[in-house]
Amino acid sequence: MAGGARIRLRPVGPNALLADVADSATALQVAHHVRAHRRPLAGEIVPGASTVLFDDVLDRAALDDVLTHWRPDASHADAGPLVELPTDYDGPDLADVAGFWGTDVDGVVARHAAIEFVAAFCGFAPGFAYLSGLDAVGLAVPRLETPRTRVPAGSVALAGGWCGVYPRASPGGWRLIGRTDAALWDVGRIAVGEQPALVAPGTRVRFVPR
Amino acid sequence: MTHRHAESPRARMMEVLEVAGMVTIQDSGRPGFAHLGVPRSGWADPPAARLANRLVGNAEGAALLEIGAGALRLRFVSSSGTWIAATGAVASVRVDGRAVSWGAAQWVPGGAEVEIGPPISGLRVCLAVAGGVAVEPVLGSRSTDTLAWVGPPRVAVGQLLPIGTAASVPPHPDGVVVPRPVDDVWLRVTPGPREDWFAEHAPQVLRSAEYLVGTSSDRIGIRLDGPTLERARTDELPSEGLVLGAIQVPPSGAPVVFLADHPVTGGYPVIAVVHPDDVALCAQLRPGARLRFRSA
Repeated sequence: MAGGARIRLRPVGPNALLADVADSATALQVAHHVRAHRRPLAGEIVPGASTVLFDDVLDRAALDDVLTHWRPDASHADAGPLVELPTDYDGPDLADVAGFWGTDVDGVVARHAAIEFVAAFCGFAPGFAYLSGLDAVGLAVPRLETPRTRVPAGSVALAGGWCGVYPRASPGGWRLIGRTDAALWDVGRIAVGEQPALVAPGTRVRFVPR
Repeated sequence: MTHRHAESPRARMMEVLEVAGMVTIQDSGRPGFAHLGVPRSGWADPPAARLANRLVGNAEGAALLEIGAGALRLRFVSSSGTWIAATGAVASVRVDGRAVSWGAAQWVPGGAEVEIGPPISGLRVCLAVAGGVAVEPVLGSRSTDTLAWVGPPRVAVGQLLPIGTAASVPPHPDGVVVPRPVDDVWLRVTPGPREDWFAEHAPQVLRSAEYLVGTSSDRIGIRLDGPTLERARTDELPSEGLVLGAIQVPPSGAPVVFLADHPVTGGYPVIAVVHPDDVALCAQLRPGARLRFRSA
């Protein structure tokens, strides 16, 4: 893109700045770009659906400078590591999702497993990543009208344009299509030099039927 | 008289005898994991916590016990004594049944019981012990996060909580600890990132009305009763990062001020942000307490 995209920063109290960007892919790129700077520029760099929050900003001038020089990079979208999640497609909302998608249960499995999702941002629970990829293929589904009081750990779920995996049992309003045994959140991984979240922002995710 | 130091540091423990309310272990928190969905957590009232640590000679960042709207009784299981100090909410402090001063270092002989009463003024007592509460850190912090439950479990009867090695420096000899306002509190705010999602008059309503702290308030946030803040835009806000002190307005129009265990991202607009130094005051407000906002 010629000339680059000017990123607007909004103050969020005296210590934080919020950058508005076009979409979640851009938010990931901007967050990655600032995190990769040789010096830490903020204590927290939190991508959102179309924003990046810089909290505990350490050097405002350097952050401005780094953002001014940032340019969208089409090749970056594929840069994250790939995680494959073996999945049993036996969720209670499979038939409803099939209805929304105008297909049958096998069709849901085939379409869902064909998508390479990208973790856009985390929230709701440690290790719960909002996976983008449904919107691009027109497969967004509405949330449940009444949330469930308990969703089992490992549930693979859809809501709006997002897919997510519940790291542990909790209440939830997303539509459940399957289950995985993968440990989405394990603080023990820190001891071996890995992130506690299996799926961090930028990670690519594929669901593998079994 | 010669002291013997045969006792292993391991033997320094607090046995939890009675718990009321939400009692947790807290330190300065768990920064750097917000992008993975982990709240910062940490002391709800940092100035009070740092003061308690200074009073007993700890590094300011040591872990202590936060007693939220409750009470606590402990036995110090060791033959050697230790120093404690209670700050934050004002409460009675007893050592083996004897009343001692809140807001000052107190000597607790080995084997003695310490009892912190319910708060007389304020909501959360910080109880520091020389050496700090030495449970195993999780992601670099001993704080219990009550939103995501990262960190040690909440304090419960029967637990044995290890105490760290006390610094060689003597505890702060004395000092005047002044309780802070816990009602009719003014909080400084700056405009939030989504002020423009609200009706034109909403920022002024926020800065002129009196709000009351609602009953469903906790370490995550205080819910406010008062004039609702009308929105100009009613579409869904894409989820975005949240800061400590953010005033978020859910569809009900009743604002929430986020405290230490706030969610890392949220999908409702933030109309204003409470100054970080004033967030600690929020942590001591009980349901029904009155507060007002003014421009910083």
